[in-house]
Amino acid sequence: MEVDAPLQFTPAPKNAATVLCADCGAAIDGTQSAGAFCYDCLKLKTDVTSGIQREATLHQCRDCDRWLNPPMSWVVAQPESRELLALCLRKLRGLNKLRIIDASFIWTEPHSRRIRVKITVQQEIGDGAILQQSFEVEYVQNYQQCPDCAKSYTHNTWRACVQVRQKVPHKRTFLYLEQLILRHSAHKDTINIKECHDGIDFFFAQRNHAEGFVDFLKAVVPVNVKKSQELISMDIHTSTKSYKFSYSAELVPICKDDLVVLPLPLARKIGNITPMTLCYRIGTSLNLMDPTTLQTADVDTALYWRTPFRPLADVQDMVEFIVLDIEPLGAQKGRFFLAEATVARASDMGSNDSTFYTRTHLGGILHVGDSVMGYHLSGTNFNNDLYDKLEESKMGSMIPDVVLVKKHYNRSKKSKNKRNWRLKRMAKEEGEMLPRKQDQERMERDFELFLRDVEEDAELRAGMALYKAQQQQQMADAMDTEESEFAEDEGLAIPMEQLLDELEDMTMEG
Amino acid sequence: MAVRAQFENSNEVGVFATLTNAYAIVAVGASENFYSVFEAELQDVIPICHATIAGTRIVGRLTAGNKKGLLVPTTTTDQELQHLRNSIPDAVKIQRIEERLSALGNVICCNDHVALVHPDIERETEEIIADVLGVEVFRQTIADNVLTGSYMALSNQGGIVHPKTSIQDQDELSSLLQVPLVAGSVNRGSAVVGAGMVVNDWMAVTGLDTTATELSVVESVFRLGEGNGPSAINTTHKDAMVESFY
Repeated sequence: MEVDAPLQFTPAPKNAATVLCADCGAAIDGTQSAGAFCYDCLKLKTDVTSGIQREATLHQCRDCDRWLNPPMSWVVAQPESRELLALCLRKLRGLNKLRIIDASFIWTEPHSRRIRVKITVQQEIGDGAILQQSFEVEYVQNYQQCPDCAKSYTHNTWRACVQVRQKVPHKRTFLYLEQLILRHSAHKDTINIKECHDGIDFFFAQRNHAEGFVDFLKAVVPVNVKKSQELISMDIHTSTKSYKFSYSAELVPICKDDLVVLPLPLARKIGNITPMTLCYRIGTSLNLMDPTTLQTADVDTALYWRTPFRPLADVQDMVEFIVLDIEPLGAQKGRFFLAEATVARASDMGSNDSTFYTRTHLGGILHVGDSVMGYHLSGTNFNNDLYDKLEESKMGSMIPDVVLVKKHYNRSKKSKNKRNWRLKRMAKEEGEMLPRKQDQERMERDFELFLRDVEEDAELRAGMALYKAQQQQQMADAMDTEESEFAEDEGLAIPMEQLLDELEDMTMEG
Repeated sequence: MAVRAQFENSNEVGVFATLTNAYAIVAVGASENFYSVFEAELQDVIPICHATIAGTRIVGRLTAGNKKGLLVPTTTTDQELQHLRNSIPDAVKIQRIEERLSALGNVICCNDHVALVHPDIERETEEIIADVLGVEVFRQTIADNVLTGSYMALSNQGGIVHPKTSIQDQDELSSLLQVPLVAGSVNRGSAVVGAGMVVNDWMAVTGLDTTATELSVVESVFRLGEGNGPSAINTTHKDAMVESFY
């Protein structure tokens, strides 16, 4: 194969030097350069960043750590984040005339209150030559309180207030409601939460937020809402008025596990249920059950407030019984199994032989020898009109001696500290009226009882967010295990997979 | 010999003066400093004429000429024309031309043999240029600029063109002119080399801002170094001088 003669083709060099730089005399390609200067001389002579300030001020709110994005908005930005960089670049006037190639933070001590940013820009200077330049800008971090924080520190800035009340001596429904609110973040728009006698006040900056919160309450608990408004000021020229709105939300004063005697006409109306019922659940309405027949009935809020009634007995009146004998009757409704039980009061054991025969809905979980909490009706004097009427009626003879409510689990003293889960609490401001120092113990007891309920009742648990307890605490628990002397009841531990991981430690401890 | 000068704080020497091998025209200024620069170099060699054209001082931009002739625009007054006629040698033909592009210094770039002119110049003007200046006329652009007189400085020894002129363009122009060309600048990077300096075969005057580098480029391309000054008249420049005295 023949080899061709080498081609006599030499392309013109692309960057042939045609002129000498006017300043330094370096040979450069005149067709590419700006004027008759080499790039180095050009860089010395021209400063494309001369119109840009090298110092600027950033404003940060000391309380919420947000940054002022002029003119009005406040943005959240982590140190050295993209958002903060955007904020810094926007702050520089004249920068939009240049093309920004690169921008980065130069590390500074956080307490120096200085932020340094290195910016690289390009600009076309006459004749199509592009000059690239880097420079540093120093930002001074100043404090300025944002309007939101300013508002939260000023009293009487709320526009609407929701006063949630339940007139009962304990806080069971409230604690449940608190967990529901946390789970659904219904309190995110509040500007203040204040605890006061018999309830909690939620304050909002806007009426809409309060309306939303009231709707949330209506969707989760039996509540009766009344609205009222107070005229703050009025402009007679334009007829614009400003009001303060108050929503009074009163929860039905009946809690889970309360013993209720229904007014006879009402009992007849809602399915002819026996008037002596147990409240087994609080939803948007009262869920009542006759433990002797497993018959259930709903009393919705409107119906309740037409003929309001008080519970006959509440959790504090319950006493402990021991199951001596139990025999299922076969009927079942959901998780309830009807059974006949023979029980004796725990306090009677060893002193007398009095036993009580009763029907119960706890047939599925009670075994001979178990402890169970219940109401002792035959040994109690009730001061209740409805109970009196029931006794006088035909059904008076059907009132049982004992109504069993829930199984009692043995707990060691230490089990309180041993939970592998925890609940979040809402941050509340305490009003002047509550709590007195004496009430502190009672509130702790209420909360402990509530935690036990959560442990025992999977249905109750489903509606709330449980978090894994701190690792440190679990370690301490592990060391304690050897010392526990009581045989713990099985089935109380909550599976780990149902627990949520905590995000940092942003909890607001109540 | 290349010197730096300034006309009343302006570096654009080529605007206020015309320099050929046979005569020089210098604008009438408030002071004689500018005139003195020319006088120091050219006295007793060629006549230096103080003049205005149409009452203005921008004589360099309004006139174009070589040792054989001088072209002035139609706006030149009779008095000015008479003054020029009296001041410059009789061998030099002076012609007033009716041309729409009246800044003749901007549209015509010439030495004693060739002229590069604006592409849009009138046919009659082109003929007059050829007749009066005794040159070959080419319609050309310099680095895509039509104002050949502004962007090129030319003598019989060489020429400087706009710094953005590509090598191909330089080669093309160089072959038309039959003199070496180089791309360059005057007055510290100014691209208007034609207006920034004046040049003939043995001297150049540039603006005061011209850097040493630029000046060295000017001296080398126009061969103005040692031995090329007015003292060399009897040797290398004899032909040009002898011709001009006739």
